[in-house]
Amino acid sequence: MTLIPLAYLVVRTGEAGWTRITEELLTRRVSRLALHTLGLATVVTVGCLLLGVGAAFLVVRTNLPMRRLFAVLAALPLAVPTYIAAFTWVSTVDGFEGFWPAALVLTLCSYPYVFLPVAAALAGSDPAQEEVSRSLGRGGWATFTAVTLRQIRPALTGGGLLVALYVLADFGAVSILRADTFTRAIFIAFDLGFDRTGALVLSLVLVGLTVLILAGETATRRPGRRYASLRGARRSPTRIDLGRWGWPAVGGLTAVALLALGVPAASLARRLAEGVSRPGDWTEVATAAGNSLSLSLAGAALTMLLALPLGLLTARAPGMISTVLERLSYLSHALPGLVIGLSLVFFGINVVYPLYQSTALLALGYAALFLPLATAAVTGAAAQAPPVLEDVARSLGRGPVTVLRTVTLPLTLPGIAAGVALVFLACMKELPATLLLRPTGTDTLATELWTNTSVAAYAAAAPYAALLVGLSSVPTWLLTARTGVLIKENQS
Amino acid sequence: MSYLELRAVAKRYGPVDALTRVDLTVAPGTLTAVLGPSGCGKTTLLRCVAGFEHIDAGSITVDGRTVAGDSTHLAPHRRKVAIVPQESALFPHLSVRDNVAYGLDRATRRTSRVHEVLTLVGLADHGDRMPHQLSGGQQQRIAVARALAPRPALILLDEPFSSLDAALRADLRDDIRAALRADGATAVLVTHDQGEALSVADQVAVMRAGAIVQAATPADIYHHPTDPWTAAFIGDAILLTGQVHDGTLHTPLGAVPIAPPRPGWSAPTTTEVDVMLRPEQIRVGRADEGVPATVETIAFHGHDALITLRLTDAGTITARVFGTTGLPAAGALVGLRVEGTALTWATRMPVPVPTPPEHDRRRPVGPRRDRAEPGVGH
Repeated sequence: MTLIPLAYLVVRTGEAGWTRITEELLTRRVSRLALHTLGLATVVTVGCLLLGVGAAFLVVRTNLPMRRLFAVLAALPLAVPTYIAAFTWVSTVDGFEGFWPAALVLTLCSYPYVFLPVAAALAGSDPAQEEVSRSLGRGGWATFTAVTLRQIRPALTGGGLLVALYVLADFGAVSILRADTFTRAIFIAFDLGFDRTGALVLSLVLVGLTVLILAGETATRRPGRRYASLRGARRSPTRIDLGRWGWPAVGGLTAVALLALGVPAASLARRLAEGVSRPGDWTEVATAAGNSLSLSLAGAALTMLLALPLGLLTARAPGMISTVLERLSYLSHALPGLVIGLSLVFFGINVVYPLYQSTALLALGYAALFLPLATAAVTGAAAQAPPVLEDVARSLGRGPVTVLRTVTLPLTLPGIAAGVALVFLACMKELPATLLLRPTGTDTLATELWTNTSVAAYAAAAPYAALLVGLSSVPTWLLTARTGVLIKENQS
Repeated sequence: MSYLELRAVAKRYGPVDALTRVDLTVAPGTLTAVLGPSGCGKTTLLRCVAGFEHIDAGSITVDGRTVAGDSTHLAPHRRKVAIVPQESALFPHLSVRDNVAYGLDRATRRTSRVHEVLTLVGLADHGDRMPHQLSGGQQQRIAVARALAPRPALILLDEPFSSLDAALRADLRDDIRAALRADGATAVLVTHDQGEALSVADQVAVMRAGAIVQAATPADIYHHPTDPWTAAFIGDAILLTGQVHDGTLHTPLGAVPIAPPRPGWSAPTTTEVDVMLRPEQIRVGRADEGVPATVETIAFHGHDALITLRLTDAGTITARVFGTTGLPAAGALVGLRVEGTALTWATRMPVPVPTPPEHDRRRPVGPRRDRAEPGVGH
């Protein structure tokens, strides 16, 4: 079901004919777009890896002052959607547009994708391996590169992949900062010229790039398994004494936090003060918030409906079919929201016209985008109630319905509810698919922000941005809490 | 009357025969240990009795009622067969008291039954704790109490001690054995640890490749194993080849009397035979007395020692020596004598002899301890 849009995309492009496709494809513009997009992805990924690993190491493995505060600060940029960060920068610094500004904003927004998994891996890795390396005569730096980096390699590649896919899919920031990438070009082709074939071909190239990166990650993931830690009792890792480097490190992390969080916060606060002075705005904001709520609710409901059987199947009957299903839904997750939105537009116009520009089609778009998020939540929740608990309950004389009521549901419902909340908030933040698929005349927080930003009405955009950031902090907090970085030192 | 009776039970997963033909009888109020190497079908057998698997042939009777047979398959919750799984599997959202009360009906919950079984397992004051606040051993005790509470016809324990360390395990299994006995429960314990099976069970059923090879009391099964494989699986065994001439058994350790015949075993009439002795039957003496041998290695266990000895022309054997002062040194020449009688079987194609699990060879010598700190590893 989530692959309908993708399949349709391929079919429609095929109908355009090969000559037309090659005509569109082999232009200087496409090669320039490809160069820009890949360049941006590379620069941002490298930047995020350096920033993320550095911050994670300082927070987890050194005696940095105020470590827990910095752990929260390093995770918090996740709560700032890139289009909001871009909007706050562009409204603060004049002429802030193009490749490098986009790279800066995207790096500052996405380095938590590296920081969080790497920090978790560093906190969970076995210090004994490092001690063995030191005892065999390797110095601190040699041990870090030969042992520590390999221990955290799965987290590193996973985080890096996430960043790269995120940059490919990003639409809001690159559009606001006028960086020439595929997503922006696709939207312009579709929005201005209604150039379907052009938009379709460009979408397919973008999908191709995505698949390429995914395949690369799969190829490197298998050897990574060898570095999985051994079983047995673990101690928490020893911390390195930073000595007089402590305060420079604090300064560095503070500077990053100021750029990533301080600029958006200051800009929002200033613009909000201007925006509130205009009367009549608040009814618009309230309407948009209402629309956001109802559309996201529909999206979250449909997504969970599809995710429940898929997640339970993955958790309870691991096998070929469930693995394939899971992988397929991840493929659609890696697809840019813009491409999913666009293919659903064509699908709606040509196949299910009554659904075009309806809430149902938008909900389907959300489902295609966020199904993996929901499936992971369901799978995790199901793992909370392993089958052996049900076996025990049955053997104690309780029938299947009673077992479901007294054991399975109490254990799984919290996880499923958290999944619904996550999907709901992801839907609220989603911009490109919402822009393309929303029912005519229905404005949400995200689209209002977008509309106002594109006409440089920064003050009018501020309330929407503030509300969205506030809402986004909730799942960010959940995510950070889950990595264990925030847990106080163990007493043992 | 027997509480549990399995007749020719068979279970197949696709092309794999998990259980080929299992016959077993368990008397009321007793503990039977089903002992076998990993993958022999022990856990499958347990799941068939509990009702989580449908059997393909045979019948299972619990407390005089056929729960699985030709056209019968009673659902697990109607069988009155409670399980204690390997990883205790306490309900994480329920307190210890609610876990134990889970299988009780409303009326029984108001009685002192919960307190009674908690006392039996020695955790009467832990009712208000949550499972994650308990150590691994305590969790297993609660899992047993939970199974005991509704007074089921049968309790099935699936390697309940295997995840605990050796010192804790010995204490826990003695306590749980006592709790089961005090409550008059009938139980089947599945294990791959022969020391565990021999020390706690009233009856040991040795399982191999989906069938019960032998079921008897621990002493019987140790002294009269049904074949060389079982002999080596139950404890240390010295397996030799010998010849019988005119009713006398000649072995590399000299002439040894053959055990008198008994039900289920009698000496074969062939010339070539397999011979089984236990290491504690070997007496190690001065070099000029008995069969000469060289000491290769000595494994010291505190209360006893296992001496590996090289015979002049028949490989190595082990001898168990108690009273471990004045042990011979490695390389010393000694003389060997055999005490007691030998079991013999007609020589057959050799069955691969199992090696006992590693941990059985290093029993703790220090004082036993129970781990009391809560929430280990959580």
